[in-house]
Amino acid sequence: MGVVGTSVPRKDAAEKVSGRARYVDDMTFPGMLHARTIRSTIPSGHVSSVRHEYDPVGFTVVDWRDIPAAGRNIIDLIVHDQPCLVESEVRHVGEAVLLLAHEDRERLLQATVTLQYDRTDPVLDAERSTQVHKQLLIEKGSLTRGFAQADLILEGEYRTGHQEHVYIETNGCIAVPEPTGGITLYGSLQCPYYVHKALVTLLGLPSHLVRVIQTEPGGGFGGKEEYPSLIAGHAALLALKSQRPVKLVYDRAEDMWATTKRHPSVVKHRTGVKRDGRIVAMDIDVLLDGGAYVTLSPVVLSRGCIHAAGPYRCANTRIDGRAVFTNTNPNGAFRGFGAPQTQFAMELQIDRIAAALGMDPARLRAKNALRPGDTTATGQVMGDDCSAELVLKEAVKRSGWRRKRAAFAGTDRGIGMALFYHGSGFTGAGEVRLASECTLETTERGVRILTASAEIGQGTRTMHAQIVADAMEMSYDDVDVAIPDTAIVPDSGPTVASRTCMVVGRILERCAQELKAQLSGLSAGEYHRTKGPLRVTKRYEPPPGIVWDDETYRGDAYATYSWACDVAEVELDRDTYEVRTTKMTVVHEFGRAIHPVLALGQVEGGTAQGVGFALIEHVVMKDGAMVNAQLTNYTIPTTLDTPLMDTVIVDNPYPHGPYGAKGVGEIPMDGPAPAIVNAMYHLGVDVHEVPALPERVMAAVLA
Amino acid sequence: MRFRLNGAEIDVEAPPMKRLLDVLREECGLTGTKEGCGEGECGACTVLMDGVPVCSCLVPFAQAGATTLFTIEGLGGTHELQEAFAIEGGAQCGICTPGMILAALCLPPRATREQIRVGLAGNLCRCTGYEAIYRSIRRVADAGGLSLPAAARPSTGSQS
Repeated sequence: MGVVGTSVPRKDAAEKVSGRARYVDDMTFPGMLHARTIRSTIPSGHVSSVRHEYDPVGFTVVDWRDIPAAGRNIIDLIVHDQPCLVESEVRHVGEAVLLLAHEDRERLLQATVTLQYDRTDPVLDAERSTQVHKQLLIEKGSLTRGFAQADLILEGEYRTGHQEHVYIETNGCIAVPEPTGGITLYGSLQCPYYVHKALVTLLGLPSHLVRVIQTEPGGGFGGKEEYPSLIAGHAALLALKSQRPVKLVYDRAEDMWATTKRHPSVVKHRTGVKRDGRIVAMDIDVLLDGGAYVTLSPVVLSRGCIHAAGPYRCANTRIDGRAVFTNTNPNGAFRGFGAPQTQFAMELQIDRIAAALGMDPARLRAKNALRPGDTTATGQVMGDDCSAELVLKEAVKRSGWRRKRAAFAGTDRGIGMALFYHGSGFTGAGEVRLASECTLETTERGVRILTASAEIGQGTRTMHAQIVADAMEMSYDDVDVAIPDTAIVPDSGPTVASRTCMVVGRILERCAQELKAQLSGLSAGEYHRTKGPLRVTKRYEPPPGIVWDDETYRGDAYATYSWACDVAEVELDRDTYEVRTTKMTVVHEFGRAIHPVLALGQVEGGTAQGVGFALIEHVVMKDGAMVNAQLTNYTIPTTLDTPLMDTVIVDNPYPHGPYGAKGVGEIPMDGPAPAIVNAMYHLGVDVHEVPALPERVMAAVLA
Repeated sequence: MRFRLNGAEIDVEAPPMKRLLDVLREECGLTGTKEGCGEGECGACTVLMDGVPVCSCLVPFAQAGATTLFTIEGLGGTHELQEAFAIEGGAQCGICTPGMILAALCLPPRATREQIRVGLAGNLCRCTGYEAIYRSIRRVADAGGLSLPAAARPSTGSQS
């Protein structure tokens, strides 16, 4: 009997529940130094002088001039605009200027370094920024024709704020200099090969002298996608200069103040509808605040725009998107990657159209939801893997939608919904360009999986081992999973984009099928013991018929999508203007759950992050800096803020995913905010922005 | 300074104002206790002091004298609550797990969902949305019941 579809024990459970799991801060090396980053405190200008006010004995100090001659002072990502260390120009508060290391942590923390600047005027308002990181346009049909058919045209403007990841383990790494002149980097990270590439470029070292080993990450959520390349670079420079191992672990305030956040957004909708509810034209304008460097903004914008028209059919659509420069910390990857922002706007717009038509919002969604045979804004034809209708129907039934919608009318309770989808894997031709590889090898006991996919709590090791065990028809216990270490694992791509199960898992399934075929009827362990080791490496192959044009943004934006519908029930306190979510009914279709307990964990955890995004998580920016960089006043949902969740997983196996699976990591983040804000709209509070803080609720009530 | 740690009397030298969290991790080598925020908000560094959950990042070492301290290492690895967290998905990334499990040991033996919600309000988890943590704890509460291990209970006559 197979293990796929069952909740086998997690590979990492024993280590984690016993406290034995090794996170980066749990590791020490002989002679290790502690490190600290000296950062800019202005949003825009030039560093004019640096004053060191401490006894320099025992300190290692690094600035940009310590970058090896063969290296380059850049973080090697999409565009080479971000330096590893400031040379002169400062573009945001919290930008790294100097690095200090010392054996004694107390002395390190007491050292004072004063920076002086020539200031320039910062750009802090994205809506007034004229510097564009990336612009793109998606067009389908004719807006003129569409709006001409409309009985009603409705406009809306919707906003979302920054969001902080708040992985409970802050960012950190340890760099160890090697006798070869190379560097070994241990770190809390999602993408070992991103860090590897960045270190090779920064240090000018040949690829084989840079080794990146993932330590147990205490949460990531996108926050450990691109930023660890920067931290790793800093630790590595100190380690090379001091020739000692160097630990660089941020405290919470620094992590919140200096690292990436979710892109704030302003999305404007102009929608044309027929009286019967059919949407005939959608004109959508998307603005993302990219911050001071390009980093991942082009791809966040891309995913955001592709999802901006929601899971709806419309013959005439235009989506015009821009990610712009501001003198604030670069915004980066965060679970959902642009899609939570744009689908928030779409789902609020749908409820406001429903109100204007006097129609039940569930019925309006049912009327326009994508069905097999329909096309998306990029012209992608939906197949049988399209489940918008399925999840909507289930959520309406399960939540008691019609009864509660009527019963709550005129009370301080409200019920609202969001219908949403999320593309699995990299956007467009991304997976083909990545050309990920996975390896499976025999061991004395069975097999070992070698990938660069990080276990960040979502259950990578367990889920991959289940897929391999079933494809090999062997015991799950005899499948080992290698820790991502660039010296031994192939580049299976980053641990992002809801791709680790569907894309990497599928490559592993193919590895397993081929390895099994080569074993001539023996078990993997028997083969290894009698005939020697055997290994198989496979590369990503796209499902048949996938076509995408990066120039025109036409075609199959993703191989497939997952689908979900959230129904939120809320209560308004008319004294404090606080809104409390009392219950979320959450219905998801992501093909098939390889491990139901893990999959449920993704859905529930992502939903809770979405509840925080909706109501309480507020990054307060002042003069380009986060001024509430503490968990005391940037709050995430506690047990008491997190509603009761009734979660339903519906199956619709996807033929090109491993055992029918699609992506599940990000989609739960997309729906809670619009569902909650729509529930507020149901009880008469018209808020257009998240977080929907009591101040904003009060303004809406009194308006 | 002398105190009881996970059932054994021990003597540890450390500056009186050093955070208990750092003494446990550095002087005692017990890295199962995690730092999440350093300001008593997240509960990741929760340990039991005389049978009561405290944020060890807020406790100066001077206060530990003559107390009974209990950390995740004191549970071994096969306590029923640890097994329940493993089975029910109560641990994802695992960084909040030691603190969460220790705080849960102090809940009423047959804790209801509402009692768990209130009792764990000082322990943040960013991965699970808490539902899997409730299921883990309820699994034990509904079976044998939750209880404080003997080594975590204050010894009679100890000053706290």
